[in-house]
Amino acid sequence: MRRLNWERVASILLLSPAVMAIAIFVYGFIGWTAYASLTKWDKLLPDFTLVGLSNYQKLFANQRFQIDLRNTVVFTALFLISCLILGFLLALLLDQRIRGEGFFRGIYLFPMSISFIVTGVVWRWLLNPGSAELGSTGINLLFDTVGLGFLKTGWYTDPKIGIMAVAIAATWQMSGYTMAMFLAGLRAIHDELREAARVDGASEFQIVRHVLFPLLQPVTLSAVIVLGHMSLKIYDLIVSMTGPGIGFATDVPAYFMWDTTFRGNHFARGAGIAIVLLIMVAVLIVPYLVHSTRTEAEL
Amino acid sequence: MTTQARETPRSMKPPLRWQRVALYAVLIGFAIAYLMPVYVLLVTGMKSFAEVSLYRMWHLPQGLHFDSYAKAWFGSKAEGFRGLNGNFMNSVYLTVPATIISAMWGSINGYILAKWKFRGSDVLFPLLLFGMFIPYQSILIPLVQTLQKITPFGVKFYGSIPGLILAHVIYGIPITTLIFRNYYANVPTELIEAAKIDGANIFGIYRRVLFPLSLPGFVVVMIWQFTSIWNDFLFAATITSNPANQPITVGLNNLAGSYIVEWNVQMAGALIAALPTLLVYIFLGRFFMRGLMAGSLKG
Repeated sequence: MRRLNWERVASILLLSPAVMAIAIFVYGFIGWTAYASLTKWDKLLPDFTLVGLSNYQKLFANQRFQIDLRNTVVFTALFLISCLILGFLLALLLDQRIRGEGFFRGIYLFPMSISFIVTGVVWRWLLNPGSAELGSTGINLLFDTVGLGFLKTGWYTDPKIGIMAVAIAATWQMSGYTMAMFLAGLRAIHDELREAARVDGASEFQIVRHVLFPLLQPVTLSAVIVLGHMSLKIYDLIVSMTGPGIGFATDVPAYFMWDTTFRGNHFARGAGIAIVLLIMVAVLIVPYLVHSTRTEAEL
Repeated sequence: MTTQARETPRSMKPPLRWQRVALYAVLIGFAIAYLMPVYVLLVTGMKSFAEVSLYRMWHLPQGLHFDSYAKAWFGSKAEGFRGLNGNFMNSVYLTVPATIISAMWGSINGYILAKWKFRGSDVLFPLLLFGMFIPYQSILIPLVQTLQKITPFGVKFYGSIPGLILAHVIYGIPITTLIFRNYYANVPTELIEAAKIDGANIFGIYRRVLFPLSLPGFVVVMIWQFTSIWNDFLFAATITSNPANQPITVGLNNLAGSYIVEWNVQMAGALIAALPTLLVYIFLGRFFMRGLMAGSLKG
C-alpha cells in the first residue's frame, strides 16, 4: 500500500510539467489576452487601464471586421461543402476494389503534407488571371486552350469572388484528407449490410443513401469539426496567396488580428479579435471534445 | 477478376465493363487535377530564364536547367535578395530538436494518462486536448511578451530558434500526449501487472515494458510533429523578425512577396520548402495516415 502511494505521487509529478505548461501557456495566456482586450493598450508600450467592453463594441462596428466575418462564413461554407462532397465521392470511388488504390489515394492525399505557404505561392500563379491586353495565364490560359474560355474569371483579383479562389486552393489541399476519413469510415461498414440491402432489392444509389449515409454520420461530424476549425483559423494561405485584397475582399479575422496587433500596435483590438476567434472555435470544439471523451470513458 | 471479390453469387448484376472503364477514367481525371499544381511547379523550376513566360506556363521545358533552384537557394547579390539556404537550415535546427523533445515528453504524458489514471484525469485530459484546437492568435500577444522577458543563461528566446522550439514543444503537448495515450491504452494491462509482480516500479514499467513497444508510436508522433513544425508559419513569422533567424516558410513568403524575384525562382523556392515533408510523406505515408487519424481524435 505504501509502495502504491509513492508511485501515485511520482505519476502526478511526471505529468505535472505538462499540466503546468498548458495551464500557463494555454489557459493563463488566454486569460491574459482576454484581459488585454478590455484595456486601452493601443501602442507598443502596454497600458492596462480597463475600458470595459468598448473594444468589442468598436470592433463589431468596424467595417473591416464585418467584411472579415462575412468572408469567414462564405469561406467556411464553400470549403466544407466542397471538401465533404469531393472527399465522399473519391472515397466511394476508391472503395470499388480499385487496382492501384494506394497510388490514387497517395495522389489525392499528398497536398496535405505541404505547408499552406507553398500552396498559396503555387495557386497564386495558377489563379493569376492575366490581362486582356497580354493574354490569359494560369488556369484561364488552360481554359482558353481547351475551348472553355467562357469559364475564365478574375479569380482572387475579382473582389466579388476573391474568397472563393482561396477556398479552391484550400480544397485542393484538404479534400484528400476528407477522403481518407470517409474511406476509413466506409471500410468499417460490414459488407453484409450492403449485401442484405441488395438482397432486399435496393439499388446502388439507395444503398448509398439509406445504408452508407446514416452509418457515416460520426465520420462526417469529425470531418466537419476538423475542417471547420481549420477554416475559422485560416491565415497562412491568405498571407501567401492574396493578402487582404482590394476592399478586404480576401481578408479574414486571423489576418486582421495579426495585422492590427503586430503591424499597427493596436494590441487591445488585436486581443479582442483573438478572443472572438477563440469563441467561434470553442463553440465548435468544446461540445465535440466533451462528447468524445465522455463516450470514451463509458467504454 | 479481382473486382468481383465483393460480389456474392446472389447479386444480380455483374459489374459492366464500361462502368469499370468510366470509374478508372474518373479516378485518373481527378489524379491529373490534383497533380496539376505539381506539374507547373516542376516544369517552371526546370525552365531556363529565357524560356520562362507566364503565357507559356503549361509548356514543357526545352532542357533541364537548374538555374532557378540555384537562385532560390543562394539568392542573388546583384538583385539584392536572400536565398533560402539559411532559412532551410534554420528550419532543420528548429524542427529536429523540437520534434525529438515533444515526442519524448508526449510519451511520458501518454504513459501516465493511459496507465496511471488518477481521480480527475478524465477531466484533465479534455482540458489538455483543447490546447491543440485553439487559434494561436489567442495566446500570441502574451507569448511574445513572455519570450521578450525570459533570457535564461543569456539565451534570447524572442527572435530566436530556441524561442520557436519552446513554442512548438509546448503547443505540441496536446497532440503528442493524445497519440501516445491512445497508443499505450492498447497495451494489455496484464503486461503491466506482470511487471509489477516482478517488482518493477513506475519507472521500470515504462523502461522495460512500454518504451520497447513504443517505436511505432514514436514514428507517428515524430512524423506529425515534423510536418506541422516544418510547415508552421504563424509562430515563425511572429517570433522571428530577423531574416537571418527565420524558418523556411517565412523565407519563402518573403521571397514570393518580393517584386524583384522572378516567378520561376519563387516556384523553385516553393519546391525546396515542400521537399522535406513531401519526402517524409512519400516514404512514410502509412504512418502519416495514422497520425492524421489520431489528429481527428479517433484513437
